[in-house]
Amino acid sequence: MNTETEPAFFETNAAPGVVGQPLSRVDGRAKVTGQAKYSAEYNHLPGLAHAVFKTSDVAKGRITGFDASAAQRVPGVLAILTHQNLPQPAVSPNTPEGKKTIGMGVQMGFLPLTSDQIHYAAQPVAMVVADTLEHAQHAAALLRVQVAPEAPTASYQDAKAQRFDPSKGKGAGEGRGNAAAAFASAPIQLSGTYTHALNHHNPMEPGATTAHWEAPDRLLVYDTAQGMAWMQKSLSKMLGLPADQVRVITKYLGGGFGCKGSTWPHTILTVLAAKAVGRPVKLALTRPQMFTGMGHREDQEQTLRLGATKDGKLLALLHEKTSTTSPWDDYAETNAKIIGMLYQCPAFEAKLQLARANVMTSTYMRAPGEAPGSFALESAMDDLAYRVGVDPIQIRLLNHADKDPSTGKPWSSKSLKQCYQRGAELFGWSQRNAQNGQTRDGKLLVGWGMATASYPVHSGQGNARVRLYADGHAVAQAAATDLGTGTYTVMTQVAADALGLTPDKVRFELGDTVLPTTIISGGSMAAGTVSSSVYLAAQDAWQKLIKVAVMDAKSPLFRAKPADVEVVQGRLQLKATPGKGEDFAALMKRAGLDDVEGMATGRYGAGYESAQAALNAKSDDAGKDDAGQHSMHSFGAHFCEVKVDPELGTVRVTKWVSVIAGGRILNPKTARSQIMGGAIMGIGAALMEQTVRDQNLARYTNASLADYHIPVNADVPDMTVEFIDEHDPYINAMGVKGIGEVSIVGTAAAVGNAIFHATGRRLRSLPITPDKVLDALRQPA
Amino acid sequence: MQSDLFPDSDAPQPDDSSRRSFMKQAGGILGLALAPPLVAQAERLTAYSKTIEGATEVTLRVNGQARTLRIEPRVTLLDALREYLDLTGTKKGCDHGQCGACTVHVDGRRINSCLTLAVMQQGKEITTIEGLAQGEQLHPMQEAFIKHDGFQCGYCTPGQIMSGVACVKEGHAGTDAQAREWMSGNLCRCGAYANILAAVREVAQRG
Repeated sequence: MNTETEPAFFETNAAPGVVGQPLSRVDGRAKVTGQAKYSAEYNHLPGLAHAVFKTSDVAKGRITGFDASAAQRVPGVLAILTHQNLPQPAVSPNTPEGKKTIGMGVQMGFLPLTSDQIHYAAQPVAMVVADTLEHAQHAAALLRVQVAPEAPTASYQDAKAQRFDPSKGKGAGEGRGNAAAAFASAPIQLSGTYTHALNHHNPMEPGATTAHWEAPDRLLVYDTAQGMAWMQKSLSKMLGLPADQVRVITKYLGGGFGCKGSTWPHTILTVLAAKAVGRPVKLALTRPQMFTGMGHREDQEQTLRLGATKDGKLLALLHEKTSTTSPWDDYAETNAKIIGMLYQCPAFEAKLQLARANVMTSTYMRAPGEAPGSFALESAMDDLAYRVGVDPIQIRLLNHADKDPSTGKPWSSKSLKQCYQRGAELFGWSQRNAQNGQTRDGKLLVGWGMATASYPVHSGQGNARVRLYADGHAVAQAAATDLGTGTYTVMTQVAADALGLTPDKVRFELGDTVLPTTIISGGSMAAGTVSSSVYLAAQDAWQKLIKVAVMDAKSPLFRAKPADVEVVQGRLQLKATPGKGEDFAALMKRAGLDDVEGMATGRYGAGYESAQAALNAKSDDAGKDDAGQHSMHSFGAHFCEVKVDPELGTVRVTKWVSVIAGGRILNPKTARSQIMGGAIMGIGAALMEQTVRDQNLARYTNASLADYHIPVNADVPDMTVEFIDEHDPYINAMGVKGIGEVSIVGTAAAVGNAIFHATGRRLRSLPITPDKVLDALRQPA
Repeated sequence: MQSDLFPDSDAPQPDDSSRRSFMKQAGGILGLALAPPLVAQAERLTAYSKTIEGATEVTLRVNGQARTLRIEPRVTLLDALREYLDLTGTKKGCDHGQCGACTVHVDGRRINSCLTLAVMQQGKEITTIEGLAQGEQLHPMQEAFIKHDGFQCGYCTPGQIMSGVACVKEGHAGTDAQAREWMSGNLCRCGAYANILAAVREVAQRG
């Protein structure tokens, strides 16, 4: 199937419908009445028991024994499970082969409770299962763990950390030209080292698993999963069961931001515990355990060297990144990608270095790579603008990439210039004082900053089913998830338009592996993939009905060629003479059909454009992003005003504008919310978010929501979000790009650039807390 | 602005111990005293008297109905609602009074239900998110949250709505700045704050 033979929404639904309208969330009523059921809320299971983790106080060492005498005396205790007695998985991720077998669903190459080894602080070392939560908590508190501690390594900042290049000498893989030589001969040379604190996703709903063995070889799991198919596969591999014997349900998901994209240890351990006690078991991570249970954005340091002409045209970019990783894995965010593609620059080189420490494996967090990478690049571009003496927007226009500099391919669509222009209008950018430190509001220093945003369209594919009933109702289905992104709502809109129905006649079902398999809700892939699948499934249903019509002697379309028939608003009619046709309901009634089903595979990104890539891509795999003829990205621009108190060092964001070009926007209401949410998370990373790891003990010192600060309502200013209307025929049948991640890219730099404008001080260490601002203000500008 | 942050003498006050308002009203020391895990609290309680160990019959008035349940005295109001009464609309985000997801009304005042024990709330009127609507008729705050898209994932939403209703009733939604401050004990990681503000202000202005 390719773009020439596959129907596209642009063609079949040219007339305005409900797609693109600001529909209120269809799951809104369930969410505001408390009826929406999240994964720790399935209390109906018979004999449901509660599990609680006992975690390690030390970051490295060996378990030498347990004293469970007091814990066992707690009434209601069903089991105290440790590495000595927990049923072990059929395949564990503890070896590279095992991890490969399990697949992309498992991020961490180590499963606790499989040996006596302690590799990171707060690693689970035992599980207590009891009849009530209180009994389990109490027994876990009484359980004594004897440990032989060893000196841990805390981070890349520790001199004894083992450092290595994960690409094994091949460099980061991306590069062009002779960057070192180009930099050395560049008239303007800028160099900066940027640090990004360790961040945690901290979705409001902690990770939770409710595991129920319906039969000795059949498992039902209610879990906090962004990726249904990934979790189903990883659990089935670890348990040695066929995938169809593992059912995962996630009807409502309380945020994720990447940390719920993987199957983390608590899920499989709860499943094994349920097996051990022969009862359904529920485990919800505590908030402190959320800091050591579902990954994080790694602490990292980037050095970016930028060479340019006297006029500000880029000549060279050299990027080096060092970050902390776990004792077993080599995951690092790919910051270099955005640095290599965002601007026209003939020479580019990237190096990556990891340092092993006693921490759990880091993972994808909203725009992994693009978010911290853009902080370095967009801060450096701001420096370049000041150095050359041009406006920050002008320096970006000067270096605008008319095609993807990292691949040489044309863009599928790129409306970045419009984003700059519209953002500047909405913000009032033309009123900006070109000089730093000149604008004041009373004693406060006022600064304006902006930055570019971009996020790639990853290649993905997935299935959907549509069932249209003769009475004019319909159900659409895909095993997608809605982590607050609006999947329930936007897919209802897509199905409604594709079927010519009003949205109140359509129900979209998701969050269950018995539904058609689709892509993870992550990597900004769900909207484009699932919407295309639903749309194409509807087309499949229409094709079935067209075949019925042309064979039905009582139909006005009898003996017409199927290719000559179109469906407009639920009416089957001849393309040439639209007056000749009939409504689907009349046809189905006459044919005795109560319902008709359509099924289709929708493709997103390079897989859509390139049939070859589509054949190679796996349904649960991101596929090859570079296989198509075009480079595909969402773009945007963020504008920020800050007010800095020069006596206290506090920074308040007081105005925000984001303009995003993300292809077709399915629902501007939910999309606006998502962009604001990404920007707010970016403001958090810029100004307050950091998980602090004690450099001696390798333990987190602030693993709570009182001490890990995320933005609160009073931190958030009036925000303006707009979208650029974009028609992209290359990315999928719907013309939809993702927007969940482009929303955060560049945001920290926009804040930092505004602080630079306010104070004349460049702050390159996130988060920019008052102590850092005061320190900088004490230095000469 | 400053005066907005402190209790007025006669208006009903939030009894919540959330991050911002609690710290400002009571200072950090008391906050720390409440912070230890509830298991430890229960241990302390049992040390004083053996007689309160084990499950006893407790009657709670929830959403206008008397509900009798057998629970231990160390069971928090939040866990009593979620685990024993299957009223899972009230959410557990931190269990330590830091996020506000568990906000309910007790005798008309907003409290963090994770910071109180169920046995302490006998004889009081407890209202949860499940009790806010009148049958099919949503409370104006619920309607406003849907209209303004005051949520994404929905997990903080019941707490935000309960807090929002109380915030208006307390007279703390008179200006945008005031409402932002008095809604800051309810964290939202999806970042729906501007929409939450719009919903709370609309209900406040409607009177």
